[in-house]
Amino acid sequence: MSQVSALLWKDLVLEFRTRELLGGMALFSLLVLLVFNFAFDLRVDNLAGVAPGVLWVAFTFAGVLGLGRSFVAEKDRGALDGLLLAPIDRGAIYLAKLIANVIFMGIVEAVCLPVFTAFFNYGSISLDILVIALLGTIGFSAIGTLFSAMTTNLRARDVMLPLLVFPICVPVVIAAVEATALAFSGGLAGNQLRWIALLAAFDLIFGILCFAIFEFVVEE
Amino acid sequence: MSVTSLPRTREVDRVAPSATPLIDRVLQGALLVSFLASLYLAFIYAPTEAVQGDVQRIFYFHVPMAWLAYLSFFVVFLGSIVYLWKRDQRWDIYARCSAEIGVLFTTLVLITGSLWGRPIWGTWWTWDARLTSTLILWAVYVVYLMLRSYSSDPARGARYGAILGIIGFADVPIVQMSVVWWRTLHPAPVIQLEGGGGMPPQMLVALMVSLVAFTLLYAYLMRQRVQIEQLRSEIQQLEESEG
Amino acid sequence: MALTSVSAPETTTSAVTVEGLTRRFGACKALDHLDLTIPWDQRIAILGHNGAGKSTLLRIIATLLRPSSGAVVVGGLRLPEQAGAVRAHLGFLGHQTLLYEDLTVRENLVFYGRLHGVQQPVLRADELLGRVGIAARADDRVRGLSRGQQQRVALARSIVHDPQILLLDEPDTGLDLAGADLLESFLRDDHGQPRTVLLTTHNVERALELAARVVVLWNGRVALDSPTCAISPESVARAIRGES
Repeated sequence: MSQVSALLWKDLVLEFRTRELLGGMALFSLLVLLVFNFAFDLRVDNLAGVAPGVLWVAFTFAGVLGLGRSFVAEKDRGALDGLLLAPIDRGAIYLAKLIANVIFMGIVEAVCLPVFTAFFNYGSISLDILVIALLGTIGFSAIGTLFSAMTTNLRARDVMLPLLVFPICVPVVIAAVEATALAFSGGLAGNQLRWIALLAAFDLIFGILCFAIFEFVVEE
Repeated sequence: MSVTSLPRTREVDRVAPSATPLIDRVLQGALLVSFLASLYLAFIYAPTEAVQGDVQRIFYFHVPMAWLAYLSFFVVFLGSIVYLWKRDQRWDIYARCSAEIGVLFTTLVLITGSLWGRPIWGTWWTWDARLTSTLILWAVYVVYLMLRSYSSDPARGARYGAILGIIGFADVPIVQMSVVWWRTLHPAPVIQLEGGGGMPPQMLVALMVSLVAFTLLYAYLMRQRVQIEQLRSEIQQLEESEG
Repeated sequence: MALTSVSAPETTTSAVTVEGLTRRFGACKALDHLDLTIPWDQRIAILGHNGAGKSTLLRIIATLLRPSSGAVVVGGLRLPEQAGAVRAHLGFLGHQTLLYEDLTVRENLVFYGRLHGVQQPVLRADELLGRVGIAARADDRVRGLSRGQQQRVALARSIVHDPQILLLDEPDTGLDLAGADLLESFLRDDHGQPRTVLLTTHNVERALELAARVVVLWNGRVALDSPTCAISPESVARAIRGES
């Protein structure tokens, strides 16, 4: 799949060269943390219940921002046609975009999480958290990449993308928040495993489904 | 016949204005009968529930409507798959109409759930598993209808709708599972009495009849709605071929 | 480099066969039961007023659009079922350059080369850059090039995989003078063999110059179909206006 790597290289180079997106996403995630601090007045007694949710709101809101831009490079100058003219599987285009989106969202999370632990003096960066973040990001991006391609052509695209992504991704949010809460508070390992399994199942099912269905989004 | 006279309309060509096909009349009749029966059974025949009182009778409508919502969205799912496979516009019409009816029923499920919960728990809403999953389902299919109306090209709207119809329904079991697990971790007031252990036979009968009544309602609404859409599509094709 | 499911060009009757092709966009019919057959190695110019269906026809043959109804066969392969196989042998230049503005000229060509499975994409890119006369700007971002220069790079992009069939949608718009002269050289493949070329244009003189056959579309149908030697520019212009 050298074509997937060619596509991925192109997306990574474009982003790192222009840096339009990453900086904005990262800053936005920090601003979300800031707003939540005021909204919930996060003192110690509230913290354990609320904090994991705050973290994932920051991740997903910043994520949606990034997903909305993921096909923008192709929209200018009609470059999507360029990809569609190539004798490659449509799914390869999806896969490359998905990996790129996971990487970008991952970078933002890597910035946001340490700041979170510092701001609220809560939470930790452990292997558990990394696995949960990765699985959650993959699930969210799998759905988001598909719908981002779809909304690029729609009126009111900025509104439609979150409306499409968030309801479908509810299981990801629930599972990620619950698993994160258990990881932070050192709760029952069995429960945590259950949520991680749900995330993995979601990723697998929708990764495959979206990969297969992507060609119907881009054909005309 | 002289060439200058206007062609006369033959008797057989005139369509009687109020002719309804047999199947629609059968449906209407069955619908009337089953709804009357289910109203009687729900309000008079079924015993009053011990704990909740008469308010519990909403159950005989709330549960079948939830069932119908899932049926509607399953039809959307099927219609979407067949449409993407065959590109036959009829299947897209089935999907879209079923989605509209499904959103209607889902809204009613949420409203009846709310009306049920209020006298019992004192709140207009409770985040129990069923209501929560129904709310998410409602959101997904309302977005489906928005997606269809925001697409300027109908063929594209049909295609995008089909994609959401498939992904949305595939999500349903996973949403259920995640919400139920969430609820077992953080329990909250439960809104309904599941069939389970102690439902007396009279209640079961009332429930089943109500289920039949609502299923007939779905079939009736679908027929009406699909006919309207098909007429609309025919008109459009006529307009195009003249252009 | 014959098409994969065709043993040699001579064994299929034509490069492109279009039968009863119709394409609708909402209520508007861009192509209306169009019939057209294009033999191998022919250069055909397609003209018509704006909205006559030229770009739509090209995009359908290029596999970017699906027909609403009708049959399209390219090199013996049916569209849309075998669109994937067809793409390897088509080159397309549309209204937009399809280039990534923040990549350099060379990076764009190498990228497209890799996508199209070109064996040595970097070598191929440099060779093409020389041919279009833009080697000096190879390491500049596309964003900094003039429209004419970008169009030349786009032309290079369209033949990076040396396709047998070339589809050019108004290639002369935006091309600077030097580029317009280059166009002729692109109408032959790497070995100097003629490609099958479909080009659309508004310029009647250039069409008659470059092509062996001219077709005029009117409201999605063929209004005129003639070898260029047998027709005058005035007749073509009249057909474009919908007269005669």
